[in-house]
Amino acid sequence: MTDLAFSKDAMKEYEWMLTRYPNKEAALLPTLRIAEREFENLDPAAMKYVADLMGLSPAKVLGVVTFYTHYRREGTGTYHLQVCSTLSCALRGSEDVCAHLSAKLGVGLGETTDDGLFTLSKVECLASCDTAPMLQCNDDYHEGLTLEDVDHLIDRLREEAKAGGAA
Amino acid sequence: MSFEPILTKYRHEKDSHTIDFYRGHGGYEQAKKAIHDWAPDDLIEEVKKSNLRGRGGAGFPTGVKWSFVPKQTDKPKYLAVNADESEPGTFKDRVIMETDPHLLLEGIMISCWAVGINTAYIYIRGEMVHGYNQLVSACKEAYAAGFLGKGIFGSDFELDVTVHRGAGAYICGEETGMLTSLEGERGQPKLKPPFPAIEGLFGCPTVVNNVETLANLPFILEKGADHFRSIGPEKSPGPKLFCVSGHVEKPGTYELPMGVNLLTLINEHCGGVWKGRKLKAVIPGGSSAHVLHADECDVNMDIESLAAGGSMLGSAGVIVMDETTDMVDALLNIMKFYHHESCGQCTPCREGTGWLEKIVHRLHQGRGRKEDLDVVFDVCDRMIGKTICVLADAAAFPAMSFIDKFRDEFLAKCTNSDRSTAQATSGAGGVNV
Repeated sequence: MTDLAFSKDAMKEYEWMLTRYPNKEAALLPTLRIAEREFENLDPAAMKYVADLMGLSPAKVLGVVTFYTHYRREGTGTYHLQVCSTLSCALRGSEDVCAHLSAKLGVGLGETTDDGLFTLSKVECLASCDTAPMLQCNDDYHEGLTLEDVDHLIDRLREEAKAGGAA
Repeated sequence: MSFEPILTKYRHEKDSHTIDFYRGHGGYEQAKKAIHDWAPDDLIEEVKKSNLRGRGGAGFPTGVKWSFVPKQTDKPKYLAVNADESEPGTFKDRVIMETDPHLLLEGIMISCWAVGINTAYIYIRGEMVHGYNQLVSACKEAYAAGFLGKGIFGSDFELDVTVHRGAGAYICGEETGMLTSLEGERGQPKLKPPFPAIEGLFGCPTVVNNVETLANLPFILEKGADHFRSIGPEKSPGPKLFCVSGHVEKPGTYELPMGVNLLTLINEHCGGVWKGRKLKAVIPGGSSAHVLHADECDVNMDIESLAAGGSMLGSAGVIVMDETTDMVDALLNIMKFYHHESCGQCTPCREGTGWLEKIVHRLHQGRGRKEDLDVVFDVCDRMIGKTICVLADAAAFPAMSFIDKFRDEFLAKCTNSDRSTAQATSGAGGVNV
């Protein structure tokens, strides 16, 4: 039912990963990271591919994926803006950052902009409490944010996407 | 006497993360010395003598933990490095991994030599992509230099290190949750005993050590256990990374001797409470520690002193709150966190964290009753010590201590209290009660 497949490089990385653990199953979390990169997000087809590849049941893979919050799930925008909202960030204005982003992008929490560019989420502590308020956009931390910094970030990412440089 | 940083000495130097820099500053000499000059048992004794205690939160003596691993076993032994730094207010291990990853690798080598381990995994939380990349390149450099792999330093000792990314789950910082996650499962904790030292990763004897703990080992070998014990208080000695966040002028990671006074830390090192405001409260050891009222903050930051002061050193995540902080709002934030992060396998935690959030939310909305405060304590009583891991306790401690120490603020939110200033607001999202 699926024609997804890892690229040659990804398959090589997967096979190397298998040599690092005494059993196949332990390589599931890292393999899901490869799948996330290869297929852009872990939609049902991607999870099924990983299940078949590793000889695991799709239910097992779904169970693992849904336990964790950091895998890219179906429907996530090109840029996933994850605003830390735990206490240290909240004490230094993370609510304002969230509200500002929400107004600027015209989306609520957990929603994606119509152009598919941005998904806005509130997340729990990202271990960057000394640079609060902060957010993670895909792999990168943006720290010590003012509302102007947030505006610049969004403008920059829009430019980047327009230039075709988005991940 | 002024204190020179040991663990974070090079954090601001260019290329501090590279093997050339590390070796240029004496790096890997202690691991070499361990493998050439120290019999594993003597090394364990030396670390016991140093009284190095785990820096992840529990404070268990590291050498003693190592000695629980069986010497003779047919099974492989593992080291699982806990780099899943997730306790709110904590960001110290990140500093080591991002700026001095070889220090961690050298600590891993020493630990594995002492316990007779040939395979180590570093479980780093999924969000820390930069730290992951730094560790992966450090491992590549160490393999290329012959410090990892087979025949290390011309001995027959071999060691493989794999960096393993988590995927976003607070509970994977709990050691058995972390091991379950490393095995490719949902990261749900397991009952102890059996302890990981006997039956841990893949059912084999496993040492679980925190990043900062391991980073102390090269220094202990270089200067000796006696010197290490001369830093800080006798019962919990050594250098310590304190993470200070919230309402201070200069938040950050501060390396100081264990036992620094909390007010000294805030006022002298962190520039005091921000905006010239007064101190209201401090959480001294990550959000699961009991909150301290401003009056209780003249306390030393070590395991014994904070326990005697009614809280805990935990992960040394110090969250400072100024006089303008709404304590009901702050507690609601913490309760949302624990409810979100409960793994759901134990009923008292799954349901209890939910109830705590709902009750505090109702108070926050100005729709609570003073009886609700008793219900919070009742719920906490049914959570503490009644679950597989301590997440339930971690949620209950702040709930009880916030209400205990700032009761008037909570009563002010109750519709039927003498102190009520409550004006019910309409539900602005969140939980509907």
